[in-house]
Amino acid sequence: MLSLNNIHVTFNAGTPTEVRALSDINLKIADGEFVTVIGSNGAGKSTLLSVVVGTVKPERGSVHLDGEDVTAWSPHRRAMHVGRVFQEPRLGTCSSLSIEENLALAAARGKSRGLKGALGTRQNRKWLADQVAKLEIGLEDRMTQPVGTLSGGQRQAISLLMATLLPMKILVLDEHTAALDPGAAAKVLALSTEIAETRKLTTLMVTHSMRDALAVGHRTIMMDSGRIVLDFTEEERAKLTVQDLSSLFGRAIGKQLDDDKMMLA
Amino acid sequence: MSLFAFAGALESGLLFSLVALGVFLSFRVLDFPDLTVDGSFPLGAAVAAAALASGVDPFLATGLAIVAGWGAGLVTALLNVRFGIMNLLSGILTMVALFSINLRIMGGPNVPLYNVDTVFDVAQSWFNFGLWTNTVLIAIVAFAAKFLVDWFLKTELGLALRASGENPAMAEAQGIAVGRMALVGMAISNGLVALAGALFAQLQGVADVSMGIGTIVTGLAALIIGEAILGRRMVFVATLGCIVGALVYRLFIALSLSAGFIGIQPQDLNLVTAIVVAIAVVLSKGRAQRNRRRAGMTPRRAPAAKRAG
Repeated sequence: MLSLNNIHVTFNAGTPTEVRALSDINLKIADGEFVTVIGSNGAGKSTLLSVVVGTVKPERGSVHLDGEDVTAWSPHRRAMHVGRVFQEPRLGTCSSLSIEENLALAAARGKSRGLKGALGTRQNRKWLADQVAKLEIGLEDRMTQPVGTLSGGQRQAISLLMATLLPMKILVLDEHTAALDPGAAAKVLALSTEIAETRKLTTLMVTHSMRDALAVGHRTIMMDSGRIVLDFTEEERAKLTVQDLSSLFGRAIGKQLDDDKMMLA
Repeated sequence: MSLFAFAGALESGLLFSLVALGVFLSFRVLDFPDLTVDGSFPLGAAVAAAALASGVDPFLATGLAIVAGWGAGLVTALLNVRFGIMNLLSGILTMVALFSINLRIMGGPNVPLYNVDTVFDVAQSWFNFGLWTNTVLIAIVAFAAKFLVDWFLKTELGLALRASGENPAMAEAQGIAVGRMALVGMAISNGLVALAGALFAQLQGVADVSMGIGTIVTGLAALIIGEAILGRRMVFVATLGCIVGALVYRLFIALSLSAGFIGIQPQDLNLVTAIVVAIAVVLSKGRAQRNRRRAGMTPRRAPAAKRAG
């Protein structure tokens, strides 16, 4: 169970550029629940994820993971339980390192890193290749190739694998398909849901696409101006169309939505 | 160029390849522009010389110099990681502080080493290649350092260090304490530089407080020339480039001085260095663009190593 309690985040506090990024966020996500997060630009979606992974410290409030208070934990410590896929494919992997070296980095997560060879035994390398084979994108024969030579979609698939390689609790997806072409985006999204499903991962996915938000996962929350304004359970969601969602959102925040602020499709 | 001058250029080239390896670790692997080098080079010289002068075994004295270099690197990294001081300024602060510390260690501006046995004297009793004995010993040290760096960057720790330098956000997301990696890398980097300083003092027969001036430029010049010649795609090529670059640089300097062509004199050295570095940067930029273009078509091939010369 992941719970955010009374989270407040302000950027540039006390200066003319002060921004209330999150105000009084309360969110409980059950184990294995897949939550999609939507909202216009600047609504606080990314800040919400940053609070979960620990790169932004809330000025008030607390983050609990399975009852344990992890608010003060550094991001690299939280990485033991929280896996993250970035929006920008280049951010999630190291370009100059090979596919297997990137995976070896992920495989050592939460362990102390010493002077053993990073790739380990032949058996270990085989295991890494087997994990890549499960992605079914044909990269298992190219394990020694630098990640920088892969396409954006391939890199995101590797990022996703790295985020979930070891047993962990929370998967955080930050618009991880937004920088991909439609074909690759669909494939990476399908891969994400499949991994989250089979591993029963608690997942938070930010998306710009209302259709994806409704089609994927179990629950959808909508954010605006640093608050959660709508929260739909699986049953409520099932009856909604993209149009319904759009007008409900408009009513919730008291204004009509700009089409260019959020993609309807 | 006389044979003696040639041997001297080889010696100092191989010696400065240790500095280039250190600079490679900080500037390239960690992405930390570290100016501590101008202080840690004479620090190594000062520690080794002071230890030798008080009768310590030459190899132990050189080892102590390496440890002192680790300390200098740690201080710079701590100033940056712990106290949030900008990386360039952290290095400058340590460098400035080391000037005083080096004077303290040596008890004066210099320590002559004429009446003590250095590692080179000891090596002379193991093997004797006449004029080339020193060169052979430094070559052994330089290549040992190169292979150690190659090995280290393939370990779990080394890989984590490379990831923190190249992509801190990703490293953090993979549970790597990025700040701690900077500490480790900077210590190793300055240890190598201090080793170079210790050997340089023993080679010259004197440690001098001002011998560090321009070390960083020489190290960078060697690194960049090496990259221009060999490329930097793979670790073992990049580290080889440090050695090749340092050799080419020192030979070029020796050649321009001894030939006396276009009237180059010792006081023009810094100008020559600046020109050499500028040319090397321009050359390596052209290569990077060509590589990028080629990478679009045949991503598998790594042409960098083949284009030597």
